[in-house]
Amino acid sequence: MTNHWIDIKNSDVILIMGSNAAENHPISFRWVTEARVNNGAKLISVDPRFTRTSSKADVYAPLRSGTDIAFLGGMLNYILQNDLIHEEYVTEYTNGAYLVDENYDFDPEAGLFSGYDGSSYSDKSSWNFQTDADGAILRDKTLQDPHCVYQIIKDHYSRYDLDTVSGVTGTPTEKLQEVYETYVGASYMPGTAGTIMYAMGWTQHTVGAQNIRAMSIIQLLLGNIGVAGGGVNALRGESNVQGSTDHCLLFHIWPGYLKTPQETEQTLQAYNDRWTPTATPTPEGEPASASWWGNYPKYSVSFLKSMYGAAATADNGFAYSWMPKRDTGGNYAWQCMFDAMYREEIKGFFAWGQNPANSSGHTNKIRAALAKLDWLVCVNIYPTETSEFWHGPGLNAADVATEVFELPCAASVEKEGSITNSGRWAQWRYKAVDPPGDAKPDAEIMNELYLAIKALYEADPAGAYPDPILNVKWDYFDGPEIPAVLLAKEINGYYLEGSEAGTPGTLVQNFTKLADDGTTSSGNWLYSDSFTEEEGNRMADRVASDPAEDVIGLNAGWAWCWPVNRRIVYNRASVDLLGQPYDTEHPVITWDGSGWVGDVPDGGWAPMKNEDGTYNPDSRLPFIMQPDGVGKVFANPVGASTVDGPIPEHYEPVESPLATHPFGAAHARYNPAVVFCESDMDLLADAGSTEYPIVCSTYRMVEHWQTGVMTRWVPWLNELQPDMWVEMSEELAAEKGIANGEHVRVRSIRGEVQAVAIVTKRFKPFTIMDQTVHQIGVPWCFGWVAPNPDPTRETNGNLLTPNVGDPNTRIPESKAFMVDVVKEA
Amino acid sequence: MLVTRRDFLKTSAVTAGVAITGMGFALAPVEAHAAELRKDLGEATQTTTICPYCGVGCGLVVHASDGKVINIEGDSEHPINQGTACSKGASLYQMANNDNRLTTVRYRAANATEWQDLSWDEAIPMIAQRVKATRDATFEETNTAGNTVNRTLGIGSLGSAALDNEECWLYQKFLRAMGLVYIGHQARN
Repeated sequence: MTNHWIDIKNSDVILIMGSNAAENHPISFRWVTEARVNNGAKLISVDPRFTRTSSKADVYAPLRSGTDIAFLGGMLNYILQNDLIHEEYVTEYTNGAYLVDENYDFDPEAGLFSGYDGSSYSDKSSWNFQTDADGAILRDKTLQDPHCVYQIIKDHYSRYDLDTVSGVTGTPTEKLQEVYETYVGASYMPGTAGTIMYAMGWTQHTVGAQNIRAMSIIQLLLGNIGVAGGGVNALRGESNVQGSTDHCLLFHIWPGYLKTPQETEQTLQAYNDRWTPTATPTPEGEPASASWWGNYPKYSVSFLKSMYGAAATADNGFAYSWMPKRDTGGNYAWQCMFDAMYREEIKGFFAWGQNPANSSGHTNKIRAALAKLDWLVCVNIYPTETSEFWHGPGLNAADVATEVFELPCAASVEKEGSITNSGRWAQWRYKAVDPPGDAKPDAEIMNELYLAIKALYEADPAGAYPDPILNVKWDYFDGPEIPAVLLAKEINGYYLEGSEAGTPGTLVQNFTKLADDGTTSSGNWLYSDSFTEEEGNRMADRVASDPAEDVIGLNAGWAWCWPVNRRIVYNRASVDLLGQPYDTEHPVITWDGSGWVGDVPDGGWAPMKNEDGTYNPDSRLPFIMQPDGVGKVFANPVGASTVDGPIPEHYEPVESPLATHPFGAAHARYNPAVVFCESDMDLLADAGSTEYPIVCSTYRMVEHWQTGVMTRWVPWLNELQPDMWVEMSEELAAEKGIANGEHVRVRSIRGEVQAVAIVTKRFKPFTIMDQTVHQIGVPWCFGWVAPNPDPTRETNGNLLTPNVGDPNTRIPESKAFMVDVVKEA
Repeated sequence: MLVTRRDFLKTSAVTAGVAITGMGFALAPVEAHAAELRKDLGEATQTTTICPYCGVGCGLVVHASDGKVINIEGDSEHPINQGTACSKGASLYQMANNDNRLTTVRYRAANATEWQDLSWDEAIPMIAQRVKATRDATFEETNTAGNTVNRTLGIGSLGSAALDNEECWLYQKFLRAMGLVYIGHQARN
């Protein structure tokens, strides 16, 4: 989240789309309700199904799964045709006025942007901006030049008229109009704010990243980012999926969103040069770009010092060569990992606090892949469908050669440490009791494993490349101090020998003190400032603020928030060019003539203009993480970028009820940058298949959590939600002869589940391109291990889902795929 | 008649000994919980925690007595949830305190049809040997292009949003020191 949970109360209008927050983030609704009751906010729910969120909404609009870009493209068209933008924000804080390369093109017939080579956008040069001789980007702040971003998107989305959008989404045109008028009308004026609450309903698509890009463009045009009650807010589904992402348990990033090195970056110098951007020049006399990633080498070297301690020296490139490198363009994401396992390239596998046999797309393939492993280590507090896979459905244990270790670990109340919520608050938890039996805290298990592996390499001079294992800094379990506290300090970082910024051996104040010469360490620069000499463990802070003084509810004294306790990021976009808040009732920061008051500002520079109205060249543009300092309406390939187009275009899900794209038979039917796995199990239904004619989506319910590992053993929750179900409309049930409560089977080309039919008014058939399309939905929290162990009964919703995903993230398209449903014989 | 939750618990305590009520479900766990609450809550230790389920980050208070969690409820001082909890958060004590928790290390040999229990002292060396054997057999100092890569593509890891931050950081350190590239977690499924 750019903002945080309590901040939702400051919104004037709340769009919940790609999420069912009332069900899956129930307590967030306290703040949605607060906004409606005390701030006059309107709530809009857009969802294929009338959900618990919809039941509280002022406006509900249905849409067919997988058509969010069409829906949002229609909103962009409404904004641009009626010129309902926050003009100063767009021209000063975004790239809306920038001129795009003259070779940029979009072919509306083919549905392709310039630079496509038949399988990917290998040449993004035409997505760049035009520059002058000094490298400053050309712009037209009147927004009239046909090459400016504003005119390009106005032209692009002019194709998304109400009738076209309705034909794709199935949303009635009057509902589209009502949503657009309500959202835009309440949030485009300076001083008003609209927010978006989304979750996996937007990410689990082959256009997942572009779904979020579409909304980000809307938020930038309306001036809704950086302000109280605004932002782009991803509702995280797990208590520490924010923290585990910040610490980068992912193949492509090191802690703090540093890049993992590629094979071509053979030296630390080459690596830092590759990933340290240059600030894009701005016209003389105007504020420059802070281009914060210019500090990259300070963070990468400090990270390596935390990894390898004294063994990381200037002479050995701070042990950079010990870090594993990925192949250029190689992809090692979840989806690719199981594909490699299925190809028998991966021999050993850790499922640490994970249940991929239930949580992955296409879980039949996951089970088959697990059976090809030599060994599997599962760490969990309960048995899972992953640890028990070898005697699960479809497998004969005697035929499965995989060795399995199941290690019992401590639950959250049995150990000490921090987790980070969606709003980026790192909050400290305390130990209440010891774990049961032989169960141990995860960190202790990691320590024992590491020490045992290290001992084997110490004893075997012929072991493969032992240096990183033997030299990694590992001194968190040696003394009386709680390991989590020592690790939290390591993450914050220390001044080291030779530092001129602070006393060696003491904690660094924050990331502005980090150095690229080995005189500081920091395990994760983003968390630097969380545990300091002066303020101690700030994640444990519990000073609630007085609502009379803290009007917008920042609660800066409660827990700690990255970066540097800034509660709303990009907050210098919440003020005008003189530093005065657009929304005087909900100011995030205010320039008082000599400094900023309020939240921790995104850099302390003075406002962009002086009091006489001239630009202040010593100021900095507000979007400090971008090389050019502004928000990306158009995703030029400098800094963060997408692989599938500079602006979103609607593509059908890979599995779709339509045989061709609704914009025309020549239009790319699905995202042209999608990459497929090629195994014999990676089956996909034909577009427009009559065998699998029903759109299906997965979702969750309040009583169960994720794959159910931590809820399907809880008696109260099992009483409330005991078994697998499938939800369908009365119309579809009548067609199929299915009555409410009857047992049915749901089939995709990949698998089949047994479920109880819930026949409901919450789903209604859609009219798509003049044909009737049904949609159903299944939860994915159930499985054969609990609460009623039965390896003959298939109840996991992900048996149906495809193993094809977004080309940026490889997150599978679990929210839009094709099935059939039949009554149990 | 309005029945508050407190009255419901009182009533259920009076009917102790009746396993199944007219409502058709077992009240025994509720009765046991209520009885323990009455007895121990006043003297129980209290620690604060954050709910382990969704990403809202609600504050909870844990009551423990004799080394056992006896109650978990919303933290009224916490600014996000202000004492409230959803159905999962409200039932958290049953998640921690549960006879189905894993309490021993278990091992399933190749082609075996049953689990067998192991001690940590048996299991950790066994796992370490397998990690080393696979790593040694698959480690690449250079790739096919001749570039130094110092990695193994023979071992993969998923995990985890269920870990604390400090554990996440330590785990990535462990994995990267071993040379893993196949590293993922819940953010990509």
